[in-house]
Amino acid sequence: MLGYLLKRLIQMTLVLWVVSVIVFMMMSFTGDPVFMVVPIDATDAEIAQARRLLGLDQSILVQYWKFLTNLLQGDFGYSYVFRQPAMTLILERMPATVEMVLVAMVLAIVVAIPLGVYSGANHNGRMSRTIMAGSLLGISLPGFWVGMVLIYVFAVSWGIFPSSGRGDTAEFLGLRISLLTWDGWHHIILPAVTLSLGTMAILLRMTRAGMMEVGRQDFMKFARAKGATRRDVLYKHGLKNALIPVVTIFGLQLGDLIAFATITETIFSWPGMGKLLIDSIYRADRPVIVVYLMLVALIFVVINFLVDIVYTLIDPRITLK
Amino acid sequence: MPMTRFLSSEFFHNYKRSASAIIGSTLMLLFAFAVIAGPFLVAQNPYDIAALDLMDSYKPPIWLEGGDPRFPLGTDGQGRDVWASILYGARISVFIGLVAMVASCTIGTLLGLIAGFYGGIIDSVIMRIADIQLSFPSILIALFLMSAVGTGVDKVLIALTAVGWVVYARTVRGSTLSEIEKEYVQAARVAGLPNSKIIRKHVLPNVLTPLIVIGTIQVGTFVLIEASLSFLGVGVPITQPSLGLLIKNGFDVLFSGLWWTSVFPGFAIMMLVFGINLFGDFLRDELNPRLK
Amino acid sequence: MKEQAALKPLLAVRDLRTYFHTFSGIVKAVNGVSFEIGKGEVMGLVGESGGGKSVVGFSILGLIDSPGKIEAGEILLDGEDLVQAGEARLREIRGRDISMVFQDPMTSLNPLHTVGRQMDEVLRLHTDLDTKARKQACVEMLESVGISRASKRLSAYPHQFSGGMRQRVVIAIAMLAQPRIIIADEPTTALDVTIQSQILKLMRAQIAKKDASMILITHDLAVVSEMADHITVLYCGNVVERGNTRDLIEAASHPYTRGLIDSIPDTSNRHERLNQIPGSVPDIRNLPRGCNFRDRCPRAQALCAKKEPALTPQHATLWAACHFPLKPGESA
Repeated sequence: MLGYLLKRLIQMTLVLWVVSVIVFMMMSFTGDPVFMVVPIDATDAEIAQARRLLGLDQSILVQYWKFLTNLLQGDFGYSYVFRQPAMTLILERMPATVEMVLVAMVLAIVVAIPLGVYSGANHNGRMSRTIMAGSLLGISLPGFWVGMVLIYVFAVSWGIFPSSGRGDTAEFLGLRISLLTWDGWHHIILPAVTLSLGTMAILLRMTRAGMMEVGRQDFMKFARAKGATRRDVLYKHGLKNALIPVVTIFGLQLGDLIAFATITETIFSWPGMGKLLIDSIYRADRPVIVVYLMLVALIFVVINFLVDIVYTLIDPRITLK
Repeated sequence: MPMTRFLSSEFFHNYKRSASAIIGSTLMLLFAFAVIAGPFLVAQNPYDIAALDLMDSYKPPIWLEGGDPRFPLGTDGQGRDVWASILYGARISVFIGLVAMVASCTIGTLLGLIAGFYGGIIDSVIMRIADIQLSFPSILIALFLMSAVGTGVDKVLIALTAVGWVVYARTVRGSTLSEIEKEYVQAARVAGLPNSKIIRKHVLPNVLTPLIVIGTIQVGTFVLIEASLSFLGVGVPITQPSLGLLIKNGFDVLFSGLWWTSVFPGFAIMMLVFGINLFGDFLRDELNPRLK
Repeated sequence: MKEQAALKPLLAVRDLRTYFHTFSGIVKAVNGVSFEIGKGEVMGLVGESGGGKSVVGFSILGLIDSPGKIEAGEILLDGEDLVQAGEARLREIRGRDISMVFQDPMTSLNPLHTVGRQMDEVLRLHTDLDTKARKQACVEMLESVGISRASKRLSAYPHQFSGGMRQRVVIAIAMLAQPRIIIADEPTTALDVTIQSQILKLMRAQIAKKDASMILITHDLAVVSEMADHITVLYCGNVVERGNTRDLIEAASHPYTRGLIDSIPDTSNRHERLNQIPGSVPDIRNLPRGCNFRDRCPRAQALCAKKEPALTPQHATLWAACHFPLKPGESA
């Protein structure tokens, strides 16, 4: 067990290091950040001084080394736009993104799994085919467009939900959480629904496929040969087996949600780290982009690791190695 | 002759009985037609500034009050016909999707063949890169790449290819690994055929079938990714607006109640990708080796 | 059949027809099969792979799923027709009156449930025993099939057992509710040759203990010649021959059965070539007119292509469906 953990830790660190190299290289070879910091009418001397301050006059390897050491201390530099530590900016906005991702994920699971189980168990029925067509539609939609349509229908036309913003927040454990207020929920519904649709469709399809696959297995027929009812066989024997592949993609889906949150936050002006990233891309605010990417890479690596652990817990055949 | 053989084949028989296959392929064909013939079907070239008249701007679709029969789906802020914009935009979206798919397929297949055939450290390296890439969502990788290199159709193609090669490489590598165990490959080796020839003439034809399904569906995936990138402003340039960019342009006026400039292009994307997925699903079931 | 069960048969299958309605045509997997089994008897059901043997087994238990369907016939368990029985009645019978051992022990057990849970399930479904009594019964059964440290093994998962051990567990599950008939569908085909005889011996001991009957489905005549009291030979969904084991092995009258027996390698005579029945099983969707076997039969004549032979009594206890059956001592 310990050997496995150690191995994974090394792997994770390796991946993060590779990501840091790629991020650094991309950032260094595109444009010159010095012009972000100096005023337009700066003289050559001022520009040179700024260069020295930013450490841009040194060799690439030295720059990378500084970058890496700073990174490990949590120092990502200052945002060119906000003049605040980039790390602080991202962390301030993280709760908002986490909220939206969580609500979207819960929504997706609550809708997709039961529908997928039903659709897989009765896979020739008309209802099942309709569900499948719907789920296929779900993965064919551009998410941002759905968000826009929802805004137009529910916010602009009918005025039921607000079209942007986060709503009131309450404090909990030092974090500002909007899920603790009614107004917060009022604001989160549309963005969370928009975000959840893609994942909902995929989870539904995988659950259905899993149920259908499991129905073909010998042990299902053997259970029936013992005298068990069809229903018992399906839910007591089949369901857990069918859900195993769903769990494996759960981590990837969570990652996708974080990624698509950038778009959803942009549409709904939701003040999360996704919107911050997009804004920073527009404004070429490099330190913020770097923080976002490294942080998100860390999150993904950790999620993948946790999913693997969970996988071994639910399938007794799999051991950590 | 080959036509009659096709028409009486099991594939075509199943195709006729599958609603999703028929609907899917019909949608795809409609789109293909629109892409090829589209610009010849509309009077206005929406990117010819001289043809535009600002007095025509923001006309609603024809069935609403204030609609103009010249512009069945309405116009945008510059007086551009939405229908014409969609036809022109579809060209760009489909072009990008197709070209990126072909590029990804080519590169990915090549890498997969090499990894599977030669094994060893080459295999390890390629698969390591693939695995690392797969642990991150493609949209994020594409977003990051585009933010670094700037907008432009060629850059979008590069970003999509960088993201899309992995699935081909993995699939082909798997197929290659199982093919090289087979006797006919070992026989070819013993006979002294050069590796490249073995790969090309023996292994490759047998690993191609699943790629058809993957490629079909990937076109749809790429169209969606490009649309998202363009919507965020890091995709195609404004001189070559894809459907995604059209939606972005319409977003700003959505809040004033002017919905048709963004809703219709999105609808077009949806129909295209939905058609691709429907047909792709059917293909996947058909090309799957039948068990029992 | 006066040579077989003197008493009323425990299970009587009469003209069973099970068809599968597929895309490329109707597959008549079981096309008019009849046989009887008495209490405590072992019947071998023999035939080539794909010949419909397993379908007979599943039909008896009512486990034929779409696109298959029992089209006609009777399956009489102590006089009760199972074909007409509803699903609820069939559920009572499955596992309790008639149980089944599947072919592949690697896939018969649910990988996510412990062995104990899967055994317990049978008892919960068919008995009123309380938890402790059920556990006790499971432990005893496991020990009886030769699995040591039984009470510990109850909380193990299937993948922790070897193939042979898993099949023992499957047999244990099949025997738990004291069934009267066990349908064993190729129970040893997926196992190592060395394990095969162990398992067969185990099964024979189990059914002898409870005086149960068994339908042993297999393609292996050697296995069946040791285990079965009487044998039914199936070809392309029809019974081509049946009778007591001794009579059939020594002097089969149907050319197909003779072919099967002759193709068993004879280790005492090393220089002879292996005998094989020429040709292969015909496409079951497109059976030839007349006798199904005529394209491969060395004795086939014009009549065989025109008229389907019916089961008629031959010598000793044998019945065969052939226009030109072999006499004892005659060679094909």
